[in-house]
Amino acid sequence: MFRFIVRRLLQLIPTLFGLSLLLFVWLHRLPGGPETAILGERSTPELRARIREEMGLDQPIWVQYGRFMKRVLSGDLGTSIGTKRPVTTEFLERFPGTVELTITALIIAVGIGIPLGYIAARRRGTWIDQLSVGGALLGICIPVFFLGYIVKEVLAVNFGWFPTTGRQDVTIDATRVTGFFVLDGLLTREWDAAADAIMHLILPGIVLASIPLASIVRITRASVLEVVQEDYVRTAEAKGLTEQTVRSRHILRNAMLPVATTIGLLTGSLLSGAVLTETVFAFSGIGAFIVEAIDRRDYPVLMGFIMIVAVIYVLVNLLVDLSYSLIDPRVRVR
Amino acid sequence: MTLTGRKKEKIDRLGELAGAPEESGQSLLREAFKRLRRNPAAIAGAIILGLFVLIALFGPFLVPHDPVEPIGVDNGEVRSGQGIIPGISGEHWLGYDHQGRDEFSRMIVGARQTLWVGVVATFFGLAVGSLVGGLAGASYGLGGKWGRRLDGFLMRTVDILLAMPSLLLAVSIVAILGRSLLSVMIAVGMVSVPVFARLLRGSMIAQSSSDYVLAATALGVKRNKIALSHLLPNSLAPVLVQATLTLATAIIEAAGLSFLGLGNPDSAAPEWGVMLADAQGFLDVRPGLAIYPAVGIIITALGFTLLGEAMREALDPKLRK
Amino acid sequence: MALLEVKDLSVVFARKGEREVRAVDGVSFDVDAGEVVGLVGESGCGKSVTSLAIMGLLPKRGVRVSGQATFDGMNLLQTDERTLRDIRGRDVAMIFQDPLSSLNPVVPIGLQVTEVLTRHRGMKGEAAKKEAAHLLERVGIPDPTRRLKEYPHQLSGGMRQRALIAMAVACAPRLLIADEPTTALDVTIQAQILELLKDLVRDSGTALLMITHDLGVVAGMCKSINVLYAGRRVESAPRRVLFAQRHHPYTVGLLGSIPRLDAPKGEKLRPITGSVRDVLPWAEGCAFAPRCFNRVDRCVDGPPELVWTAAQHGYRCVNPVMEAETAK
Repeated sequence: MFRFIVRRLLQLIPTLFGLSLLLFVWLHRLPGGPETAILGERSTPELRARIREEMGLDQPIWVQYGRFMKRVLSGDLGTSIGTKRPVTTEFLERFPGTVELTITALIIAVGIGIPLGYIAARRRGTWIDQLSVGGALLGICIPVFFLGYIVKEVLAVNFGWFPTTGRQDVTIDATRVTGFFVLDGLLTREWDAAADAIMHLILPGIVLASIPLASIVRITRASVLEVVQEDYVRTAEAKGLTEQTVRSRHILRNAMLPVATTIGLLTGSLLSGAVLTETVFAFSGIGAFIVEAIDRRDYPVLMGFIMIVAVIYVLVNLLVDLSYSLIDPRVRVR
Repeated sequence: MTLTGRKKEKIDRLGELAGAPEESGQSLLREAFKRLRRNPAAIAGAIILGLFVLIALFGPFLVPHDPVEPIGVDNGEVRSGQGIIPGISGEHWLGYDHQGRDEFSRMIVGARQTLWVGVVATFFGLAVGSLVGGLAGASYGLGGKWGRRLDGFLMRTVDILLAMPSLLLAVSIVAILGRSLLSVMIAVGMVSVPVFARLLRGSMIAQSSSDYVLAATALGVKRNKIALSHLLPNSLAPVLVQATLTLATAIIEAAGLSFLGLGNPDSAAPEWGVMLADAQGFLDVRPGLAIYPAVGIIITALGFTLLGEAMREALDPKLRK
Repeated sequence: MALLEVKDLSVVFARKGEREVRAVDGVSFDVDAGEVVGLVGESGCGKSVTSLAIMGLLPKRGVRVSGQATFDGMNLLQTDERTLRDIRGRDVAMIFQDPLSSLNPVVPIGLQVTEVLTRHRGMKGEAAKKEAAHLLERVGIPDPTRRLKEYPHQLSGGMRQRALIAMAVACAPRLLIADEPTTALDVTIQAQILELLKDLVRDSGTALLMITHDLGVVAGMCKSINVLYAGRRVESAPRRVLFAQRHHPYTVGLLGSIPRLDAPKGEKLRPITGSVRDVLPWAEGCAFAPRCFNRVDRCVDGPPELVWTAAQHGYRCVNPVMEAETAK
């Protein structure tokens, strides 16, 4: 098991190396480099050349790549062209919000999706089944940002049950430790700060959860429907086991395999949804920053971001594979 | 026997062998279609889509007002700056939009543009994805060692695309190509490329180990001919199902791009995603301006999804009785 | 009174929008305490459905069960789910046909045995493990403590069936239902498993309802045999009586299609022609008539009744085979 993890992590190195090279070349071939984004379309050629020289963009591409890699290996992702601040600082400030939001959404999606999918399958054809299947369908078809607006207008603006925007109320003077507001609140025992951060997470969390929730409900339902007609479930029933034992040990444990795969595949769509959700709720995560960086051709930020996304993707898939081997003894990790 | 005669005989025998699965493929499709017609979800989806396509085709000729003419501003009824946008009336069934244009006419005319964006984007994704996936699948299934390497390279690239959050991929493509209708379509289509590629590849690899392909190979039929005339047609069904489902997501993603301010800059040509994004500033005044196009998008996406899911179910061998 | 009395058991599958299928049609038979009874017939004759109906394991929706299945004075068909769960695995246990698919692939063998002990005998932890190892040993699995930690895919087919038997006999049930317990196994393993079942039944005084398509399997162990066709009992007799004289052409055919090493040279196998699907509805006459070699016009006049002889031999046939080996 341990060797498997180490080997998978080592495989990450050539992948990241290749990805960075590919991206570097590709990004630098784009028409209208950052100097145009900084100076505008009407700037003089001389001015542009000076900026290019200043940023090292006049050097041959392999020289630029070499410099870039040297910096990256020493933990420096460069300076954002847009904000003139180190990329690492920007990320450390903005990523925690997105991570908090994504985890909240995943907890909601898994916590509701698996039980709902199970109940829908066991009560196939009843109103609860039709409601979950229909709801899941709607969850896939509704644009995330529209759902965000509706939820915000109704629950936050009209009823005032939740805060409308942001990650934490500005009047709260919370101590910052990790940048994860909920975690910070718990670590420093500033309970009201943590509670307020959680309240700010609920609505965007629900909105962001809509698509993964729909996927999890559907895949759980399909998987349970398949498992309940397996012979071993009949054996378990013939042994007179209680309903709970049959459910948890014999049905759900087998039905979880495809669900684990789906959760792994959801990472990408969660990050996409996070961009939209953060915009609706003015939630200061990485989303808006990246969209802006794309618009400004902020190479250092984009490179860093894509590399981090690649790492997250590989790690999540590693986790999925590990959970697979934990659930199913036939899958051997070597 | 002459060489051509032997070749002819070979091809005839191949026809017999390859004919078997094709024939059963025919009846399988017919059977699937039968199941489809009995599925209420499929019928609901088909009705929604039929209406949508009818509106998209003929709606623009029947609308009561010009969808780009700022009638409401000209006659002074609409003053968006002061928060005055009249709603539903006998003359303007869904009221005015923020620029004083007739909302109902814009909805009707917008259907065409929305459908167009979805269809072109999906077609782009389907074409590029099938090219990559088909090449990878054929070379893996038939190409030996080098085929496997080519497949490995292509699929690694596809995996990188797949790992990218789809919306950010689309955003960066729009950023590269500049804001235009075409770049929105390409960006949204590009997102579905890895999905189509993976699907077609998997399906072709599964086909390539089937008996009739083995028979054709044994008879010495050229590999690219096997790939084109046997592997491809027999692998297309899941890809077409996916295309139906992708039409739904394409429309939704295009709306997402508009929301981020990266949609079609020409807001004179009505499109539901753009209308929805434009309505954000006037949610307090006239929430309907957001709700109408949103409901249009949701219902359309629902139609495509219902039909696509039903098609997938109908084609699934596991669900056959 | 018999341990299990099945009386007039009928099972109808009625799915919405589909034709009703009467899988079991008024079947009756008894199983006495400690006795081995055979239920024989081709696949599709309703024997597995009968056993699932007795256990209460048929799906609730789309299935209508009527009649009685009285176990120890209690009609299992009228018993509530909670009581049934107490009875299943403790008083009535069951063994299934395909040992691989009948074992949960992601749960170790040990837990699949101990969960029965925990549920019905309240055993936990080390005690349960010890008892499980003891059970595995009893069904002939070598090195049982190691096997407890293994998963079904690591065991051979025969071992898997032994493990399933261990789970079934874990609570010393009074009735064991074995549904084709040897069909999925190699011939040599089949014999071993049958031997094992025989020993267990003899040692513990458990009654055994043996369900099989193979008359040869029940030949050596059953006290009485019931033959099912198209959901109805067509012949029933104590073993000795039946093997001396078979009246129903179907039973004759069942035995005639088994190859025998001691058969006279030149004697041909006589398989039953056609398949179980070629049935006549019982209401119109004998369901077996389309395939019967002894068919006469009277066969399709109406449903034949079960006729009993003095030797507790019942048959449902208007033109029975009356002397041995006439069915040439």
